[in-house]
Amino acid sequence: MTLTGQYVAFFLFALMAITGGVFMINLNKVIHMVLSIGLSFFGVAGLFVILHAEYLAFVQVLIYAGAITIMMAMGTMMTHHATAEVLPRRKWHTFLAIISAITIGGFFLYGIYKITWPSEMAELNDNNVMAIGEKIFTNYVIPFELASILLLVALVGAIVLAKKEGDE
Amino acid sequence: MVPLNAYLAVGAILFSIGIYGVLSKKNGIIVLLSVELMLNAVNINLVAFSKFGLYPNITGQIFTVFTITVAAAEAAVGLAILMALYRNKATINVNEIDIMKR
Repeated sequence: MTLTGQYVAFFLFALMAITGGVFMINLNKVIHMVLSIGLSFFGVAGLFVILHAEYLAFVQVLIYAGAITIMMAMGTMMTHHATAEVLPRRKWHTFLAIISAITIGGFFLYGIYKITWPSEMAELNDNNVMAIGEKIFTNYVIPFELASILLLVALVGAIVLAKKEGDE
Repeated sequence: MVPLNAYLAVGAILFSIGIYGVLSKKNGIIVLLSVELMLNAVNINLVAFSKFGLYPNITGQIFTVFTITVAAAEAAVGLAILMALYRNKATINVNEIDIMKR
């Protein structure tokens, strides 16, 4: 195994993704947590570029790192309360959460380590976006339209939920 | 070539971090963000299997487009629910959201 540029890029982006997640767990202020999860989303976008999914990398940066992070930061600002008293730490609860996370993660990693994965690769290199568009508008038209209806329903529902009740 | 195991391992680690965040954090917004992190781990797996895997195919990337759509809708509706809760109860601490228990 030689150290190529792809390995270096993979380690860099994987480190970005995992570091963002760990920072989100450990930082104290909510707005810092939201910004560090943005770092994690950028790392995942880099992994998509290494996997020859350039379209998805752009979508990831636009929707996750752009829209969702900014929306959560706005939500943090709008639900900020100045009198944030520190609740007593629930030691037992945190311990159980760590145990369950480590159990599930260790189970996954053990399975990934044990199975011999196939090593052939798809030729996704050229005209990736064109292939995605052709596939969506031939084989997956109905799921595509359903996704648009879902987005419309979510838009209307979010507005109705977040609107002040009782104003005409 | 980076092997498939490495991508799956990154996905598994991100998923575990998301599980820990969902189970232990008290702020509702951080719980939503942890769910987004778990969905992102799933996306890494789908894209990795669309490049490697038994039948490597572009379909994995199309699946990822749909999961990103559903995740965005979920984040918007979740945030709207948190806004409504904050207006009515002046808190988004998930410990204090127990209206249906009383």
